[in-house]
Amino acid sequence: MIELLSTYGGMLLRGFVNTLIASVIALFFSMIIGTLVGILQVSKNKFAKGLANAYVQLFLNIPLLVIVLFFYVVFPMYVANINGYTAGIIGLTIYTSAFIAETVRAGIQGVPAGQMEAGLSTGFTYWETMRYIILPQAIKIVIPPLGNQFINLVKNSSVFAMVAGLDLMYYGDLIASETFNTFGTYTMVALFYLVITLPLTHFMQYAERRLAAKD
Amino acid sequence: MNLAEAYSWVNIRFLLDGLLITLEVAVLSIIFSFIIGAVLGLIRYMNIPFLSKFIGIVVDVVRNLPLLLIIFFTYFALPQIGIRFSIFWSAVSAMTIFESAMLSEIIRGGLNAVPNGQMEAGRSTGFTYMQTIWYIIIPQALRSMMPPIVSQFVSLVKDTSLATIITLPELTHNARIIYGQHTSYVIPMFIMMGFLYWVVCYALSKLSKRLEASYR
Repeated sequence: MIELLSTYGGMLLRGFVNTLIASVIALFFSMIIGTLVGILQVSKNKFAKGLANAYVQLFLNIPLLVIVLFFYVVFPMYVANINGYTAGIIGLTIYTSAFIAETVRAGIQGVPAGQMEAGLSTGFTYWETMRYIILPQAIKIVIPPLGNQFINLVKNSSVFAMVAGLDLMYYGDLIASETFNTFGTYTMVALFYLVITLPLTHFMQYAERRLAAKD
Repeated sequence: MNLAEAYSWVNIRFLLDGLLITLEVAVLSIIFSFIIGAVLGLIRYMNIPFLSKFIGIVVDVVRNLPLLLIIFFTYFALPQIGIRFSIFWSAVSAMTIFESAMLSEIIRGGLNAVPNGQMEAGRSTGFTYMQTIWYIIIPQALRSMMPPIVSQFVSLVKDTSLATIITLPELTHNARIIYGQHTSYVIPMFIMMGFLYWVVCYALSKLSKRLEASYR
């Protein structure tokens, strides 16, 4: 194990950093897209609502791998030449944003309907009520499930390995097939993933308890 | 692009064969992981000294690993220490390991959601601890657990696509073989593969929503 780390530690670290960067980028964009789509899902505009619902229902029910493969295989054929890392980030963003949209929608609908009516009747516009009254309350409902989505996102980024995405899992696979020490290598990779996901899980549980205690 | 050729019966049948393997792996894994997850969740709920804590740690570790890594483990790493499965059973055991951890959390949560008074009421009517859990707590907990378990099954169906990496002949794997032979079939194959996954998962998630509605 020590031997493995001294020879291939740099490679694993590179994969680890790539996984982290990809996760942060995908998280950033899927939060933006997901929140927007989630808000549109409860909007009064029938067209916007239908479009948002279609987006969510489509990507919620298709495997992430299929979406990532689509960008890896089809995109370069017809649109633009992108590598596995980019294809992975695009696929991960689209997939995760559908889950975040569902979470945001459930959060908004969890705020009592009277709040919207109260906001509107004090003279706020729909968007003002959304921005100053509904969303601040929805955030409290949304935080615990959002945390789960973040953790899932980090774990899901491992599919990059299947499109030569230069992430932690990809390098792990590479090292394993070079050294034939599969057990040691995968244990190492597992530890690297746990370094990210375990603190996140514990932080989320802590945040959940704090929020529950405040009520 | 000739659609009729891409969607010839031979190709469609090949995709459906893949879908069948996908469903077989998903169904077997959900059954096994429900049994294991129920036992683990129950042990954690009962707060047995040392054992509950230990299982809690193992579940936390497994839950926080990517499923793909666990698939690699069961297929490539376990043979190194002398445990060898076929491709199919590697996939099933990887899914079962991962999903048992997920389900044990759902089951523990469901058991904890049953009000404490139910346990006290059961005990005071003369039931033993185990009798109260079996006849009073579990039946109530089961109802609230069913919707999240069904949605977990949806992710399981989607996650079987990861077993492509160990060449399990499931839907994604078979679609890749077809479009690998004819580049002009790429788009039709992605549409058909996406459609098949979507139909199965959408139907299941509707079922989950319905169960949730009937529970409320």
